[in-house]
Amino acid sequence: MRHIISVLLENESGALARLVGLFAQRGYNIDSLNVAPTDDPTLSRLTLVTHGNDQVIEQISKQLHKLIEVVKVSDISEAAHIERELMLVKVKANGNQREEVKRCADIFRGQIIDVTPTTYTIQLVGTGDKLDAFIQALGATPILEVVRSGASGIARGEKTLAL
Amino acid sequence: MTSQTKPDDKSAATTKAPEMLSGAAMVIRALADEGVEYLYGYPGGAVLHIYDALFQQNKVKHVLVRHEQAATHMADAYARASGKAGVVLVTSGPGATNAVTGIATAYMDSIPMVVLTGQVMSHLIGDDAFQETDMLGISRPICKHNMSVRRPEDIPYLIKKAFHIAQTGRPGPVVLDIPKDMTMPNQKFPYQYPAEINLRSYQPKQQGHAGQIKKAVTALLAAKKPVLYAGGGVIMGQAAEELTELAQLLNLPVTNTLMGLGAYPAGDKQFIGMLGMHGSYEANQSMHHADLILAVGARFDDRVTNNTKKFCPDATIIHIDIDPASISKTVNAHIPIVGLVKPVLTDMLAVLKQKKKKLDSAALQSWWQQIAQWRAVHGGRYDNAAPLLKPQYVIEQVAKITKGDAYVCSDVGQHQMFAAQYYPFNKPNRWINSGGLGTMGFGLPAAMGVKLNYPDADVVCVTGEGSIQMNIQELSTCKQYGLGVKIINLNNGYLGMVKQWQDMNYESRYASSYMDSLPDFVKLAEAYGHVGIRVTKPEELQPALERAFALKDQLVFLDIHVDPKEHVYPMQVPGGAMNEMFLSKTERT
Ligand SMILES: Cc1ncc(C[n+]2csc(CCOP(=O)(O)OP(=O)(O)O)c2C)c(N)n1
Ligand SMILES: [Mg+2]
Repeated sequence: MRHIISVLLENESGALARLVGLFAQRGYNIDSLNVAPTDDPTLSRLTLVTHGNDQVIEQISKQLHKLIEVVKVSDISEAAHIERELMLVKVKANGNQREEVKRCADIFRGQIIDVTPTTYTIQLVGTGDKLDAFIQALGATPILEVVRSGASGIARGEKTLAL
Repeated sequence: MTSQTKPDDKSAATTKAPEMLSGAAMVIRALADEGVEYLYGYPGGAVLHIYDALFQQNKVKHVLVRHEQAATHMADAYARASGKAGVVLVTSGPGATNAVTGIATAYMDSIPMVVLTGQVMSHLIGDDAFQETDMLGISRPICKHNMSVRRPEDIPYLIKKAFHIAQTGRPGPVVLDIPKDMTMPNQKFPYQYPAEINLRSYQPKQQGHAGQIKKAVTALLAAKKPVLYAGGGVIMGQAAEELTELAQLLNLPVTNTLMGLGAYPAGDKQFIGMLGMHGSYEANQSMHHADLILAVGARFDDRVTNNTKKFCPDATIIHIDIDPASISKTVNAHIPIVGLVKPVLTDMLAVLKQKKKKLDSAALQSWWQQIAQWRAVHGGRYDNAAPLLKPQYVIEQVAKITKGDAYVCSDVGQHQMFAAQYYPFNKPNRWINSGGLGTMGFGLPAAMGVKLNYPDADVVCVTGEGSIQMNIQELSTCKQYGLGVKIINLNNGYLGMVKQWQDMNYESRYASSYMDSLPDFVKLAEAYGHVGIRVTKPEELQPALERAFALKDQLVFLDIHVDPKEHVYPMQVPGGAMNEMFLSKTERT
């Protein structure tokens, strides 16, 4: 089962390495990881997508808690939540391909954020599935580069992961 | 990520202006303020300022080992005996990497330790400078936490933080990496040692959940075939007294893990021995057939459970542990209680006393009868008829002459299991061994750490001719500090534990388990300035032990030649249930 784990971490040197190291040492999967400081610069917020059975996920959560710099951990996929990922795709766009790509981007509510005579760079935000679907939809259009941020997640409603 | 290590706590401000100290002086002063008496270490370039500061005071005493690994084991063993963190100081690069095995050893057994490692100057970090190693990177997976000093003025805070983390919650080693420029003698900063530390991200639980404790008591009282399974958490959690009270209040059978020996007195009739791979027949049978297991400060290690799929099929499991990650990790716990074992057991006792109920006495009676039958099956027997000395017999004789009251520090191998099985530990903190990592070379430095801190006690190092050679150089340290350890070298001429597995699984093909070219240990001991005694015949043992223990303050190396063919039994059948065991070379359950 896929799980999205949110972590509040002390924004200190070595803290992220320790967290990532934990996954390597104990053989847990990281499907994606994104991390940046929060409004409080002493804290980083991570969204970590992983998969495993219930027992593995429980261990991941407990082992994360054990790290001294981890302030809070929550498996946000256990309840209603919102998940978004940012993708930048650079494609070859020549001749009538240009119209085709533009239409596809519009359908997915993507934006073309950079243009050259032969390329487009499209920005798209959504769930991982939506981003996958867009890549599928590009069909024969030659993809030059794909950059994905990995999911960021937040719980719905009044529930928060904060100090 | 930014690289701030900001003290987020300060002790109550005092009115007088704080003293100005160099980083190096602060390191030593902070240790003194923490109450540290001994520092175990070895000097080198990156820590010379600290050594100079050490030289200029007399509160903290330094013990110079002959190899950094020994410093870590000495500090570790002190912690195991006293419950307080041991402290190590080593230089950067090779000094730090030599300490790695000792850090990992302490980590696996949850032993509090503070390891100060030197580092190259901050501006050289990352340049592959002379004696630079990324000690934070190397030690990350084998310590509870590690940190580095980025501003000299943070040193008192970071040292306090290191002790706080090492000694609270589930204890463990903490590494503090100190770049040389943080300790410059001529740069002085205000010194104040924090009274306490409060970390928002680290708030280990103390008390157990009251509802869970009630639930546990109810389940316990309903049990017909209970077993109390106690581990190292009871020793380090200083809860042997509470555990014993609970066991005796309810007349529970008690088994201890390798790490938990001494948590319950071995001489008591309710003690059914150690459990697990080389556990007693009765302990493993009782576990397998139990309807309730009360696990206290134990972690269902694979050397205990054998095949977890076949583990204790009928048991309701109550698991008390300070570390939530230890609960339901390998074996599912039905009633988990997270908290320090001491307050949890105290609370359980209070609930029990209030309820004034006991277990069904008829059921408990027949359970004890069943256990008595199991006891009669093996009962720790061994064949003592042969002309050669048996290692089990030697341990029994050591127990006799020390009245079962010595600190027994063991190495790793067959001798370790014989010591665990045949020395009756009646007190906690007396059995000092590397259980989790199984570090050969642990025994002698461990015995040294204990002897230094408990000079009046009998301190025995039980070892083998393989293990002792992994830190034999420490005989020199023993001479320098007058450490009168008694070394019981169960010399079987083989890496016995390896040989046993080769006998059982590889048709006795002894691939590199024969120790060729052994030194003359008696001469070796004498060369280091100690007393060496060789024992090759059974009748020589008694007088040799008497002489050795009569030489109170001297290190005596007893090189005792024992039967090389002996195996450790009982032994669980690999992949089987708890109660599937070999009982001798020819019998199996
Ligand atoms: C540092 C280290 N290397 C290897 C091992 C694997 N090992 C476990 S027991 C053992 C043999 C120990 O021999 P000895 O000290 O003579 O003890 P004996 O089993 O003969 O009593 C070995 C090699 C280990 N535990 N630690
Ligand atoms: Mg041997």
